[in-house]
Amino acid sequence: MATYQEFIQQNEDRDGVRFSWNLWPSSRLEATRLVVPVSCLFTPLKERPDLPPVQYEPVLCSRANCKAVLNPLCQVDFRAKIWACNFCFQRNPFPPSYAGISDVNQPAELMPQFSTIEYIVQRGPPTPLIFLYVVDTCLEEEDLQALRESLQMSLSLLPPNALVGLITFGRMVQVHELSCEGIAKSYVFRGTKELSAKQIQEMLGLMKPAASGPQGRPVAPQDPSATCRFLQPVHKVDMNLTDLLGELQRDPWPVPQGKRPLRSTGIAMSIAVGLLEGTYPNTGARVMLFTGGPPTQGPGMVVGDELKTPIRSWHDITKDNARHLKKATKYYEALASRAAVNGHSIDIYACALDQTGLLEMKCLSNLTGGHISMGDSFNTSLFKQTFQRVFSKDYNGDFRMAFGGTLEVKTSRELKVSGAIGPCVSLNAKGPCVSENVSHSFPVTFFVHNAPIPQGGRGAIQFVTQYQHSNTQKRIRVTTIARNWADAQSQIQHIESSFDQEASAVIMARLGVFRAESEDGPDVLRWLDRQLIRLCQKFGQFNKDDPTSFKLSESLSLYPQFMFHLRRSPFLQVFNNSPDECSYYRHHFVRQDLTQSLIMIQPILYSYSFHGPPEPVLLDSGSILPDRILLMDTFFQLVIYHGETIAQWRKAGYQEQPEYENFKHLLVAPLDDAQEILQNRFPMPRYIDTEHGGSQARFLLSKVNPSQTHNNLYAWGQETGAPILTDDVSLQVFMDHLKKLAVSSAA
Amino acid sequence: MNVNQQTPMASPYGQPQPGYGQPSYATLGGGYPDPYGPYNGPSTAYQPGAPPQGYSPYASFPSKAVAEIPVSDLSSPLDLGSARGPPTSAPPPVSTPQAYSHYTHGDTQNGPPPMNHPMAQPAHRPPVSQPYSQSAMNLSGPQSSYPQQYGAVPPMQQMTNQMSGMQISSGPPTSAGLGYAPRPSSQPLISNTYLAAAPPSYTQAPPPVSAAPSQPPPPSEPAAPQPYYGGHPALQQQQPFPSSAPLQSQPFPLSAPYSGPPPSSQPQTPPVSQQQSFPPGPPSQQPFPNSASLPGPPPVSYADPHPTQQPFPPRGPPPTSQTGSFPPTSSPPAQYLGPQPPSQPGPPPYLSGPPPRGPMPPSSMSQQQANHLPPGSMQQPPQPGMQGGYPPQQNGAFGQPRGPQPGYGGPQYPMQQNYGAAPAPAPPPPAQKRLDPDSIPSPQASELPAVQKSRHRIDPDAIPSPIQVIEDDRANKSSEPFTTGVRGQAPPLVTTTFQVKDQGNASPRFIRCTAYNMPCTADMAKQSQVPLAAVIKPLATLPPDECPPYMVDHGEGGPIRCNRCKAYMCPYMQFIEGGRRFQCGFCSCVTEVPPHYFQHLDHTGKRVDCYDRPELSLGSYEFVATVDYCKNNKLPQPPSFVFFIDVSYNAVKSGMVNIVCQELKTLLDYLPRENPEVDSAVRVGFVTYNKVLHFYNVKSSLAQPQMMVVSDVSDMFLPLLDGFLVNVNDSRMVIESLLDQIPEMFADTRETETVFGPVIQAGLEALKAADCAGKLFVFHSSLPIAEAPGKLKNREDKKLVGTDKEKALFQPQSGFYSNLSKECVAQGCCVDLFLFPNQYIDVATLAVVPVSTGGSVYKYTYFQAETDRERFLNDLRRDVQKPMGFDAVMRVRTSTGIRATDFFGSFFMSNTTDVELAGLDCDKTVTVEFRHDDKLSEETGALMQCAVLYTSCSGQRRLRVHNMAVNCCSQLADLYRNCETDTIISFFSKYAYRSILNTPTKTVRDTLVNQCAQILACYRKNCASPSSAGQLILPECMKLLPVYLNCVLKSDVLLPGADVSLDDRAYLRQLVSCMDVSESHVFFYPRLLPLVKLDGGSLPMAVRNSEERLSKGGVYILETGLHLFLWVGANAQQELLSNIFGTPTFSQIDPNMTNLPDLDNPFSKRLREIIDSFRSQRSRYMKLMVVKQEDKTELIFKHFLCEDKSASGGASYVDFLCHMHKEIRQLLS
Repeated sequence: MATYQEFIQQNEDRDGVRFSWNLWPSSRLEATRLVVPVSCLFTPLKERPDLPPVQYEPVLCSRANCKAVLNPLCQVDFRAKIWACNFCFQRNPFPPSYAGISDVNQPAELMPQFSTIEYIVQRGPPTPLIFLYVVDTCLEEEDLQALRESLQMSLSLLPPNALVGLITFGRMVQVHELSCEGIAKSYVFRGTKELSAKQIQEMLGLMKPAASGPQGRPVAPQDPSATCRFLQPVHKVDMNLTDLLGELQRDPWPVPQGKRPLRSTGIAMSIAVGLLEGTYPNTGARVMLFTGGPPTQGPGMVVGDELKTPIRSWHDITKDNARHLKKATKYYEALASRAAVNGHSIDIYACALDQTGLLEMKCLSNLTGGHISMGDSFNTSLFKQTFQRVFSKDYNGDFRMAFGGTLEVKTSRELKVSGAIGPCVSLNAKGPCVSENVSHSFPVTFFVHNAPIPQGGRGAIQFVTQYQHSNTQKRIRVTTIARNWADAQSQIQHIESSFDQEASAVIMARLGVFRAESEDGPDVLRWLDRQLIRLCQKFGQFNKDDPTSFKLSESLSLYPQFMFHLRRSPFLQVFNNSPDECSYYRHHFVRQDLTQSLIMIQPILYSYSFHGPPEPVLLDSGSILPDRILLMDTFFQLVIYHGETIAQWRKAGYQEQPEYENFKHLLVAPLDDAQEILQNRFPMPRYIDTEHGGSQARFLLSKVNPSQTHNNLYAWGQETGAPILTDDVSLQVFMDHLKKLAVSSAA
Repeated sequence: MNVNQQTPMASPYGQPQPGYGQPSYATLGGGYPDPYGPYNGPSTAYQPGAPPQGYSPYASFPSKAVAEIPVSDLSSPLDLGSARGPPTSAPPPVSTPQAYSHYTHGDTQNGPPPMNHPMAQPAHRPPVSQPYSQSAMNLSGPQSSYPQQYGAVPPMQQMTNQMSGMQISSGPPTSAGLGYAPRPSSQPLISNTYLAAAPPSYTQAPPPVSAAPSQPPPPSEPAAPQPYYGGHPALQQQQPFPSSAPLQSQPFPLSAPYSGPPPSSQPQTPPVSQQQSFPPGPPSQQPFPNSASLPGPPPVSYADPHPTQQPFPPRGPPPTSQTGSFPPTSSPPAQYLGPQPPSQPGPPPYLSGPPPRGPMPPSSMSQQQANHLPPGSMQQPPQPGMQGGYPPQQNGAFGQPRGPQPGYGGPQYPMQQNYGAAPAPAPPPPAQKRLDPDSIPSPQASELPAVQKSRHRIDPDAIPSPIQVIEDDRANKSSEPFTTGVRGQAPPLVTTTFQVKDQGNASPRFIRCTAYNMPCTADMAKQSQVPLAAVIKPLATLPPDECPPYMVDHGEGGPIRCNRCKAYMCPYMQFIEGGRRFQCGFCSCVTEVPPHYFQHLDHTGKRVDCYDRPELSLGSYEFVATVDYCKNNKLPQPPSFVFFIDVSYNAVKSGMVNIVCQELKTLLDYLPRENPEVDSAVRVGFVTYNKVLHFYNVKSSLAQPQMMVVSDVSDMFLPLLDGFLVNVNDSRMVIESLLDQIPEMFADTRETETVFGPVIQAGLEALKAADCAGKLFVFHSSLPIAEAPGKLKNREDKKLVGTDKEKALFQPQSGFYSNLSKECVAQGCCVDLFLFPNQYIDVATLAVVPVSTGGSVYKYTYFQAETDRERFLNDLRRDVQKPMGFDAVMRVRTSTGIRATDFFGSFFMSNTTDVELAGLDCDKTVTVEFRHDDKLSEETGALMQCAVLYTSCSGQRRLRVHNMAVNCCSQLADLYRNCETDTIISFFSKYAYRSILNTPTKTVRDTLVNQCAQILACYRKNCASPSSAGQLILPECMKLLPVYLNCVLKSDVLLPGADVSLDDRAYLRQLVSCMDVSESHVFFYPRLLPLVKLDGGSLPMAVRNSEERLSKGGVYILETGLHLFLWVGANAQQELLSNIFGTPTFSQIDPNMTNLPDLDNPFSKRLREIIDSFRSQRSRYMKLMVVKQEDKTELIFKHFLCEDKSASGGASYVDFLCHMHKEIRQLLS
């Protein structure tokens, strides 16, 4: 058997799943004592170029409350043409089409390598993708122009049969009709009045036929595209929409001095949701909100229009001084669940120098699997490329997006799902639902023991993900996984070695973030610390009350360091981050895959110097040296930092001189690497090119382990590095404390 | 009446009158019956004959002639009273004009009897004329002017002469005495004649006179008349006769029959006899009786009244005869019937009438019976004969109508003469009085019968004729400019074209008062019951030859005002202390003159710069308002126009949407502007709507307009700001594109529901957002039943009409629109509503906002693109282009002693003094009623100052000031001498139309009648010389009050017919409320012109609005200010038809045409010119409707013949006059 590392890697590659523990303790109590819960990171729609989908329906267990899908773990009686469900043990006959089944002639879903398999199924007529743009017009002309161009550009990226819609808002909300010739037509709504979905549909004239009689009946349900003038195929309205976007005016209502523009984001979103709800329920659709500022009126308003009242800060929130926070949050949550129920996802592209109310609106995306992108202006490449990347295509030329996904988790009797963290909402008891998944997004699922474990058995988990592929096919992806049970008493060593510290770190981080949403920051930190200490106590080898004797096995060795950086990350530290930024970071944190999540927790630092090839270096202030160029990737930022000497050279223009071509190469190297990262990452990271003493250098300095600070600058002797002006503890101090506490018998 | 014109006349006449009246009345009352009987018989006969005959044939004659004559007649009776005055006083000449009117009246009266009369008239005339001629001759000399007026100069003159003669005769003891004397002797007879026979009398005396004057044209027959007239006014008479004669000549024969009838029941022969009788008549009363007997049937009725009420029943026969006669002329009967309580066809009533009368005669007198018989016979003959003969006559006559009138007049007079028998001259005056008495008596008998009888008996030509009064006024006052400097001087009538010179009082084009001599005390005012009111049209358009109000700028401090009452500087401010202070004419407060305004005084105490400053020398001028006069202390923005077009199914289908959009493209170039060189500052916006509203962004930078739909109608808001209200020139391309596309976009709409409240709200929001005043043009098609604020339900319930709950139908359904209109007014948002309903649309509710904001409502029921397009477009063009002010506030200040207490019109009042008008255009009037709160003094008179603060169409804030000073009087006579009936009627109608909101319609009608009766009774009691109670004496200035009042009472609003919808009534109700006097005048008494000889610049003389004035052979045009009819007689001459329609055949005329074909002949050109000029005079375009006689559309046309009995039960003029008289008598007793 390969090492656990290989096993884990293989599992991730095949099934997109990583467990915190790859051997499962056999009782609930044991599981609790493991500190890190039995859980997994699952990427439901992990890109699998090597996995061809099969073109038939999955075979389901006939038990009404089971309905598990036939999988390689099932016992099959080829002669009787019967299979036993490995979850409920129901014996099911194969359907007639499996008549030819035999030992040598097995369907794909029974082969072990197809523990993850994808079915293409026929469910009703294919519905085209739907993109509904919701555009804020209270922008500066420059911004608006950039946004217009981006939107126009995006039209060319859409498949021709995709339906598009446009809602603009400012003081009023306008729903643009796209099918009309000649005059551009739009329906206008007051930005302050909350309307029910029914009212919205009535006012948009979307339901009159259904209500009024036979004449309309054929129209409404069967061919919504005919009745819904607001959502039209791109190929039909391409020109119209381009013109419309081109003529998009800034919100014409005057903004008196000392006021914010009135922005009816709340109503705009409610109309967008209502519109889709009425026309394309349970069909994949994407609402894309482009906003340049906080909602300032109507339901969902985040801040009043008086400039003298600043938008809420952490300070206000902790003091319970944010007037609109709760109301707005509740409002958007309600909207989000409506959208999620109908399989519509909501993206938020917020570009403004100040906060835009992401804190309140984040649930729109969080619960519906949408994106959040935050930038300073629509006129930046950050936004432009991020937006462009939304429409990136996979190897098949399809969008890397899926719609209306539903994830069902089926477990053996011994297990039960306790919850999920990620861009999803729960569909009753059935299981968590991911209403929309980009292939990157990740829910975290926890399992707890439910029933006594049969000896020697294996626990199994089946993920059934139904979704609408971006090429409009309906697909079902089934992933079935099994793990061995282990007795924590006798097999603790095995369990320890099955520990996946990376996955665990991410899972704990997500738990922490999840808690941070509802609890005070210090409480969460304390909780994290306690968990870490408990884990160290459980698996560390030490002599009581002797910190120096403390040792961790290799499978846990990196874990404390992850926790150290997690504590300093913006996911848990609100200091220096606005509520919006935090929301933004957290949003991405809970949905990226393991690697990316780890980068977020502990940024990667590369060093470029004449001393050798680029190398990763410690995220430590000690790594900041004058003759180095550093490239830091925090996921959200890419920082290129030129050391003092390098910066001086560059300033002197040596790179221009032929004899210093090597210097030029040195300067270019990190840029190329950064470029490569930029190419692949979504959302686009903020790209920062700075140097020693530059103001932007703070991005680097705030991340590195402050091993040198103004307090201990000279304590380290000759080693040169950059002192960090901070009172934060360094990793060293942290570890010392950890050891002390772990070995303490008092704990 | 004419005589009465001058009060002085009254008193002098009063004496004579008594004489006359007494006799006549006496006769009426008692012994007279006998004589009267006969007279009445003839006279009535004439009348009946006239009506029946006249209806078709006579009508034409009468109508023309009558028009004048009747007036004169009525006036004459009154005049007689007044006439007396003249004689006594030098005035005779002056009075002569009155005399003319009298004569004319006489003529008209004759008219009715027409055919007979002509014949008879001549006969009568001679006698009458003789006496008159003498006196008349004398008079005639001075009165030359009158003749001119009449057109038929000679006849007129003669008439006048006669009239004057009459008056004079009455006045001068000698001739008059003589003339009268006989009468008294023959009083019974005379009285009878008078009573019954105003007509007969006409035939005798008046006819000659009047006939002579008017008739001149027709030379041929004059001969005949001449003989009659013999030596007397032969010439004059001849002329009149000729004119009427040719046409009437036939009538004469007819009349002969009539005369015959008395003797022999048959028509034509009677005429002859009548003629004969007439001649004899004069000499001896008997002939009259005969003649009377001929007319007898009618006379009978008169006789009946005279004798007693009983006669009426006996009159039955006469009626029968009348009926008979009526039946012949179908239309007349109808009319008669109409008046009668039973609304059944004319004939039946008549029949019924007759029966009672039948009994009557027996009871009353043998003569009556005789009369009755004749009448009956008369009628019958007349019918056939008349009809046959008349039509042709009429045809021919049209040219001659005037002629006939004189002729008619003649007859009337003759009647009088007859009464006076011997003293032909005398008769006319008596006749006048008597005529009234006659009518009066009939009412006395019993209302209904009275009415019937009266109708029969009273010659319509004998009662005051609006036409005559109008013509007189035109003749007298149009030549010289009217100068406003003289306080208390009544201006010319609204129908007269005149020039105004502002000399310190506002032009009558701006302000017209009901009384130019206000009573000094509240008691007097109460006693007289004459309403004290002013109809103010602050922004009236002046004719090109008059200078618009000057602009005055008093600098930064704003206009100089009285410190206490805040009145603006005006000619009534008295400068004192060497010019350092001025004393307010209104409140007497003394105010310092600001240094920059100081000026020295001359020796008369006037400022030296008095004539350099409009505000010190003129009645009307404008101030430039400073920022203090602006809303929010901010200079206003130029106003905006927003067009709201209903695009629901009905609106699109009717073609309205298309038309509006097409028209707007060009119309937008004609937005109001003050300087034609400059583009209009008015911005425009567009909205279409059905159940939802579509706003359009037409910003100039757009390539295409953008539509913004607002479906949230429950909470209306403005979806866009920039690009909604735009400058036309900047956004022309976009706007045109929009207007091109709107019809296409909604061509296939299936939306039938509409909203209305949100539409107004949207406009209001738009103006609020733009921070300007403005006007909304709403083109709306159906009852707003869609779910939205202001939703209405169909509440039309015909069953409520006539009940106490009827008033609720005139009130808005809910308070929503009232509240909305308040907001509109606050913003200066004026709403003009164009309605295109196919069914009930609830005008009463929808009009609330327009009415409260100074807007207008236009209604095009069953709108069809082809036929109504032009009307609608012209209205729209005018409405868009007309000059107007926005966000206006009007305040009327008065001198101490009176104050403005009540206001009528389209506006909103948040307090009791300020009239707030979101919009005030050049057609809107505000009627102000004044009440005493103290005594006024005769020296200072009563002053009023109407100040209107408004924003001009270029966005300038201005103050327009109109000053008006009227006299105050302590004598009621002065009050009655300086009244303006048109204005009074205008006020009454507005008052009544408002009252129906809160009071049952019937009560309103009764109140009106009652008040008028009180007015007249007060005059009778306090100003007229004592006379028989049976005599109806009307003040000269108010002699038309009854006829006009009757028109008001009969209007659709107050007395709806079965086919008049609630919407129509509500529509008219609001329409009248802001009409000016000239519009209300023509609205209630339409202008009816015969189309004859249209050459020359002048219009043909109008005829009275009665079917009997229409000739089968003629073509008439009738104009009401809202409608325009071209009535074509069934026997119209081919040449006439080809000239007008291009086809000689009656049957080929297309009744659906709305415009006359463009034919290249002078007649057609002139006719079209006339029609165009009519249209240009009115604020609303009148669609031409061609009505062919006997066609079903004629019913609509007949509705406007307001002197006739109306299908809805309205009384005929004659009946109403009788009723009025009865009321008066009741008050007096």
